Amino acid sequence: MKNKNQRWLSYQKEIANDHYYFARSCIRQNFFPASETIFLKILKEELGKDIFDDPEQTTCTGIAYHSGIIPLETTMTVVARQFAMMTRAGYENFVCSCVTSFGIYTEVLETWKHFPEEEKKARAALLKSTGLEFKIPANLVHTSDIIYKFRDQIAAKARLSLVNCTDGKPLKIVDHVGCHYAKIFPDKGIGGAEYPYVLAGLIDTWGGEQVDYPERRHCCGFGFRQYLIKENRAYSVTNSKIKFESMKPYNPDMIIANCPGCTFFLDRWQYVISEMENKTYDAEGYGIPVLTYEEVAGLVLGYNPWDLGLQLHQVDVEPLLIKLGVTYSQEDKFKGMNGKELGKPVKPQFLKTL
Amino acid sequence: MRSDENEIYNHGILMETLVQQLLTDIRFQEGLKACISCGTCTAICPAAQVSDYDPRMLVEMVQTRNEEVLLQLLSGDTIWRCGECLSCKTRCPRGNTPGYIIQALRALSIKTGLFADSKQGNLQLEVKRTVGEHILKYGYCVHIDEIDTGKYPEQGPVWEWYRENRESVLARLGANFNHEGAGTLRRISKQALDDLHSIFLETGAIERFQQIEDGTAKNSVNEK
Repeated sequence: MKNKNQRWLSYQKEIANDHYYFARSCIRQNFFPASETIFLKILKEELGKDIFDDPEQTTCTGIAYHSGIIPLETTMTVVARQFAMMTRAGYENFVCSCVTSFGIYTEVLETWKHFPEEEKKARAALLKSTGLEFKIPANLVHTSDIIYKFRDQIAAKARLSLVNCTDGKPLKIVDHVGCHYAKIFPDKGIGGAEYPYVLAGLIDTWGGEQVDYPERRHCCGFGFRQYLIKENRAYSVTNSKIKFESMKPYNPDMIIANCPGCTFFLDRWQYVISEMENKTYDAEGYGIPVLTYEEVAGLVLGYNPWDLGLQLHQVDVEPLLIKLGVTYSQEDKFKGMNGKELGKPVKPQFLKTL
Repeated sequence: MRSDENEIYNHGILMETLVQQLLTDIRFQEGLKACISCGTCTAICPAAQVSDYDPRMLVEMVQTRNEEVLLQLLSGDTIWRCGECLSCKTRCPRGNTPGYIIQALRALSIKTGLFADSKQGNLQLEVKRTVGEHILKYGYCVHIDEIDTGKYPEQGPVWEWYRENRESVLARLGANFNHEGAGTLRRISKQALDDLHSIFLETGAIERFQQIEDGTAKNSVNEK
């Protein structure tokens, strides 16, 4: 047993306890625009942590870099600027809200470790182009690592569990951690590439049941340029479909995703497949709801689902809310600021909505 | 351009060979140790599941260090098929990373202008004119104002509703849409955008953008 525990220690990572510099995600801000707000609220108001949301931060350039349109030197120098912003603000624990970014920041730090001359070049390029200097972060984590670290504290404040309120059974939940969380540098992710536990740990702690299915570790199909170029999108939808077909026999109640891109693709491609083939991956025809971990944490803490932005998912979340026993107003779902009437989205051709 | 074994001549002047240029890229140095051609990378590759892309074959080709073979790769569609998920890095039993080799090949393909000889290479223009330009305009790779259901039909009707009503929806969700200061989808400061532009200029991104524009334009003139 002792040996087993020691082995598991090598799959753990250091996650700072407080005082974080927060870096936003290109995709999460647009497609799940309440998620980062909820993350900050949970950290500040529920956990009493200090986290700085700097207006001067920018993209890490990850999507452009992995699409091959900018040089490595550019990405390293933009990352250096992000670290300079952190240094200027007086922080040393860097937390990013995107798995692609987490891969980029880790890649840059590892590159500088193995090729110190590249760090010198990046420092010189940053100084010449912006006049800025920086310190290397003492701790680098993904936002979900922090939710994972404090999962028990969140559970202690929980208003509900990930349990079907009608029969008391745990909800069957698929986790999708995203390739760049631990496939590039396995020792930087909780559980490594083989046993990623960053989301599974949330499922276990908050009362759900993990779904282990054959294509659990397969890519969602983003493929960077393969999605960005319209005529290449078959790459993306086909890889998501491989996952849906593989998970369907296990009847999942929902999917939790780590990476904002993965959340987006696993949600939208279900809509596309339903439109193209009149096919859904649940028994009732609603599709499988796909949530970010911040949204799930918010539900567990009893937040209003429409304050979490769950109305912006294409796969309707209402069947999931009913299973969880969440009290919500259907009437308020598509209202704007101060209850403004904004009409409703057109219903999909086949994918059912409540 | 003619090639004599490993030496490349351009108008009679000896140029750095493609192999020599690749060897200066740290991603190439890190990505290619010694491939044993086991095919594990191909077995788990998402690109190999949807196209004839085969990372095992690609690494074998690169490993020959043959200039003609490299010329063929840099001018063709193959190197543009990878999705850079980097699943290959986890699985290779010999520590190779075909995805890193791809990154080095793509950079060299654009630098030499050879990307414009392939259909997939030409499509880099689409990425440059969206994500590339968004970074310099908004400070992020993606922005709601640029994503309509014409270009991105998979976004679906909920996105269409959200985008039409974005001011009010985002205000309800606590965003700081298009305003100064911190918060979701805020307007990025001029200083931050200026910094990004200076970095892009200093580190070769602006030059690469121009290479993509010029190479694609030259190709379309040749096609006409």
